[in-house]
Amino acid sequence: MRRQSLQAWLFLAPALVLLAAFSFWPVGYGSYLAFTDFSLIRPTQWVGLENFEYIFDNEMFVTGLKNSLLFLLMVPFVQVGAIALAVLVNNRLPGIRLFRAAYYVPVVTTVSVVGIMWGFMFHEQGTLNYVLTTLRLVNAPVGWLSDDTLALFCIMFVTLWRGLGWYMVMYLAALQSVPADMQEAAILDGANRWQRFWKITIPMLRPTIMVCSILSVLAALKAYQEVDVLTQGGPMNSTFTALYYAYDQGLKHLKLPRALAASFVVSVFCVGIAVLCLRYLKPKHR
Amino acid sequence: MKTRTFQAAGHYLLLCAIALVCVFPFWWTLVTALSTEGNIFAFPPTFWPKSPSLANFEEVFRVIPILSFFKNSVLIAAFTVFWKLVLCSLAAYPLARMQFRGRRLVFGLILATLVLPSEVNFLVNFITVTKLSLVDTYAGVILPNVVTAVAILLLKQAFEEVPQDLIDAARVDGASEWIIFSRIMLPLITPWLATVGILTAVEAWNEYIWPSIVMSKPDEFPLSVGVLYLRGTFGSSTRVIAAGTVLTILPTLAAFLFTQRFFMRGMDGAVK
Repeated sequence: MRRQSLQAWLFLAPALVLLAAFSFWPVGYGSYLAFTDFSLIRPTQWVGLENFEYIFDNEMFVTGLKNSLLFLLMVPFVQVGAIALAVLVNNRLPGIRLFRAAYYVPVVTTVSVVGIMWGFMFHEQGTLNYVLTTLRLVNAPVGWLSDDTLALFCIMFVTLWRGLGWYMVMYLAALQSVPADMQEAAILDGANRWQRFWKITIPMLRPTIMVCSILSVLAALKAYQEVDVLTQGGPMNSTFTALYYAYDQGLKHLKLPRALAASFVVSVFCVGIAVLCLRYLKPKHR
Repeated sequence: MKTRTFQAAGHYLLLCAIALVCVFPFWWTLVTALSTEGNIFAFPPTFWPKSPSLANFEEVFRVIPILSFFKNSVLIAAFTVFWKLVLCSLAAYPLARMQFRGRRLVFGLILATLVLPSEVNFLVNFITVTKLSLVDTYAGVILPNVVTAVAILLLKQAFEEVPQDLIDAARVDGASEWIIFSRIMLPLITPWLATVGILTAVEAWNEYIWPSIVMSKPDEFPLSVGVLYLRGTFGSSTRVIAAGTVLTILPTLAAFLFTQRFFMRGMDGAVK
């Protein structure tokens, strides 16, 4: 028994060392550094809330935080959309695998490539404007990424485009584990499609909906990669998100403590929301 | 009967409309990369290549070291996959099949990394990598991505599905845990190793922010970072950028299309 214990730890050790170094250490040390004036060249001093005062006085960060919260608007769209897609492709139609693949392709595409491609789409003389002007939905070409009220929504759309397929596959996996006899029994009882959807499918999907919603809320709060490849925070700082501010300050301007303070704020939001969700959305035991 | 055909037609129409939104940006990029004539942003735009040729692709090879980008991406992906499979299966085995003190604690810690906002880690990880003098090395790119909770969870589940009789028989025969792990368990979970491997390969290939932080010399960039370089420094034409983009996605796309079922299975395991 003791021998097995030692062996178990030997098996685990390499993985745990790496997890400690690159997952736990950054959270702990990073939280500490957010309260200091850390830089790589001189000794570190505790400065209390100074960094936090700085970032909350800073327009870019405040806009960023607002934008990150605005990103939460996407969550219901992503989830409802993904469930609808999953139901749509959970059929034995010929060629359905091809469609599933098509919807998943954006998920397996590098964000830099996504940025380039959607840069083309959103170009003032790009395809999107062509379609919209041809259909007479707009009078003049729209500057999707150069308009400071629109750019953020364009980024949100691209994030949605890129994420939908991932959640679709999660829901599809859940749908395929719904026992077929339940559906058949409901059909025999004369339930129509809508009734079956609301009374059987949705309750069966509940655990998946919970997990996916939490993941999607966290992803929305942490959005920044699309900003980097599409607008780099512009025009006029309108597309900063809280974490993009951290990225920008930390790695482009080398103001690490400010950047860490910003990511600390994001983390607090993330952990807070995760805890709330786990507490209140847990499936109730009967 | 008639309503059913009608319904099916409607179903397909909807499926195609959504597929168009998903795939169109790829198609447009491909058309642009293949065309050599006409204004790129012409009204009406062309949805079919005009006088198609591979000239833009040749141009990509001329202006950026795309072959070294490609090689770098392959190296990074291969090392990440190898080490992830080794370290995560080693960690998953005792969690699934051995009794020891602290097992619940370790498992809880690993689960916690799923909730911890890992995107926030890159700043301190950058400091760590700097202090370990791993900046500008592939080790610096790879190390933080080698052990992930998802991989450990998937492999743990795989190990749990192996019948206990096999392990008991081996123990009776006096096999050590190492032999049981390497000779009996690992071969039995090969399909799951393949799943984790393929998911990891695509992830590593697509990783963008972290390698762009760690690597500073353009020659050592992976493709995902290098392709943006095409947009910046050389001020290349849109067509050349499009060609570079096509070359970047092609391997991932091929890998995905040929191994779709592994992606589905990965999700399946993640939901449980």
